[in-house]
Amino acid sequence: MARSIIDKLWDDHLVADLGEGTSLLYIDRVFLHERTGSVALKELAAANRRVRNPEQVFCTMDHIVDTLPGRGDSTRMPGGTSFITQTREAAHAAGITLFDIGSSDQGIVHVVSPEQGIALPGVTLVCPDSHTCTLGGIGALAWGIGSTEAEHALATKTLAVRKPRSMRIDFQGQLAAGVTAKDMILALIGAHSASGGVGYAIEFAGEAVRSLPVEARLTLCNMGVEFGAWTVIIAPDQAVFDYVRGRPYAPRDQVLEQAIAYWRTLPSDPDAVFDREITLDCSTLAPQVTWGTSPQHETGIDGTVPDPAGEPDANRRQAMERALAYMALQPGTRLDQVPIQAAFIGSCTNSRLSDLRAAAAILEGRRVASGVRAICVPGSTQVKLAAEREGLDRVFRAAGFEWRESGCSMCFYAGGESFGFEERVVSSTNRNFENRQGPRTRTHLASPVTVAASAIAGRLADARTLAR
Amino acid sequence: MEKFTRITAIAAPLLRINVDTDAIIPSREMKTVGKTGLAAGLFAGWRYQAPGSRDENPDFILNREPYRQARILLAGANFGCGSSREHAVWALQEWGMRSIIAPSFGAIFAGNCVRNGILPVVLDNALVEDLARQVEADPARRLLTVDLVDCTVTAPDGRRHAFAIAAADREMLLEGLDGIALTMKRDDEILAFQGRDRLRRPWIYL
Repeated sequence: MARSIIDKLWDDHLVADLGEGTSLLYIDRVFLHERTGSVALKELAAANRRVRNPEQVFCTMDHIVDTLPGRGDSTRMPGGTSFITQTREAAHAAGITLFDIGSSDQGIVHVVSPEQGIALPGVTLVCPDSHTCTLGGIGALAWGIGSTEAEHALATKTLAVRKPRSMRIDFQGQLAAGVTAKDMILALIGAHSASGGVGYAIEFAGEAVRSLPVEARLTLCNMGVEFGAWTVIIAPDQAVFDYVRGRPYAPRDQVLEQAIAYWRTLPSDPDAVFDREITLDCSTLAPQVTWGTSPQHETGIDGTVPDPAGEPDANRRQAMERALAYMALQPGTRLDQVPIQAAFIGSCTNSRLSDLRAAAAILEGRRVASGVRAICVPGSTQVKLAAEREGLDRVFRAAGFEWRESGCSMCFYAGGESFGFEERVVSSTNRNFENRQGPRTRTHLASPVTVAASAIAGRLADARTLAR
Repeated sequence: MEKFTRITAIAAPLLRINVDTDAIIPSREMKTVGKTGLAAGLFAGWRYQAPGSRDENPDFILNREPYRQARILLAGANFGCGSSREHAVWALQEWGMRSIIAPSFGAIFAGNCVRNGILPVVLDNALVEDLARQVEADPARRLLTVDLVDCTVTAPDGRRHAFAIAAADREMLLEGLDGIALTMKRDDEILAFQGRDRLRRPWIYL
């Protein structure tokens, strides 16, 4: 019978059939961070349980850690230091690998994971973090879980999972210059809502996906959870095999060739059947930006703030009205006329080397508008070092951006830092929820190039007008 | 884990769509490495007048009588979307919520509920709205009954509505089971899998 990539990975990780569509799946890798992993490790130890196969478990410090130069264990968030010190103690006691503060391998979990070759095509990987679906970008079956499930995965190497329905999304056509993977995923969520993928495991496919470099595929998959999906995945191809080669925890030599031969068998069979298939034409996409407090509240940068009065569904209309009140926006306002007070480039969505290069190409020789606070936080210490070798840090600094140490930083408020009360931020992150980036902070999600162009203009801006 | 069999209780309608876990418990309210002390932070951004304050916003549903005694939440579509933080469920549990009825849930959130003795019930949007209308007419007397034994919700008008739940989730809630202990009974199968898999995928075994 024809199988999808998800069917194949499901079958290859099946330890036991628990009945009624639920399977006990083998979990190849567990990744933890100091925010939610600390609880899991602590509770596991308190229950006198041990981590099974600690050599396949990894942990990083990203969520709460400070990102200012010269940082240590102290945090802006009151009480944050205890998360860091307790995670360190628990990680050492459990014998798992920790990418600690000060390590050149530290960084945001979903940036570090493929960078180190821990996430690989075809592996099952879980992390108590909702953006674990990012790793579908290299063909891993990876999904976010809670802390209790993380304890289960750590103790048993397995998780009991009910197999979701299947969906394939065909991203058709080629992106225009200046339009990115971030714009593709925002457009998908805008078209099908933030709950459009609820209950589904989704394969992202199509010409526009195949053309994306590996780092852009990670961006595309990152926001699968913002679409409501259980997880998303892209079939691995030669670009991924080339990306994996030489990574610290990736297979080498003969074993790598054996792995690649297996990975080549993973793409969905041509006649595989999905419960749902949808298409999205990418050839006419403009850069996208959000105007509200859900990722589904988005439109093209050349568009206007919509009028809730035109929304027939009462629930959606009320959500739109609440969102516009929170965002202090009026229907009919052109997005490219909305002034901003801050710009942020970072997060597991858009902070990899290719993101920083693209933003720097816009910033080079230009200055951030007066009154705009701009911050760049590289996704990992490895990304930061690579960017500095290329001189990108000098471009960011010369343009007026702060250049930080790696971490999740102001993607959310856990680091204790915020842009400020009712400040308007254009952000390369993934969530524009109320209060996400700080009390009453107003977030507009966009791609790194849109963030860079907006920082220069002092308002939301179309980077294509600045392209050289 | 507290078992769930059947409850009859006041239900609080909060029918906003896409209520995310940042709203259920803001990051700034997750102050210690642990599962307790989180109820005060539940819905903090909506429940209190200002960030960090504990001055109640009198308009917020859970600050009003009799909804302070609610044990059931009627919620909008995609409730619990966003961050995987289990603190959202721990906060709801500590506050006293035992069941949440919504048209759909964030996947990680629903899984977290089941592992902490909270029953997530999926019902049609129109039905959830109808239950909210019935309850609001006299919330202290028009109670809902959520029954996991026969998988039904009984409305104040006496009508019973069936819901579906995965058998494994139902069993875990009914028995208050520890998932790890349950899986450990299959240790032989896990070891056998590893033995086969090590030959097939040696690169997995660092």
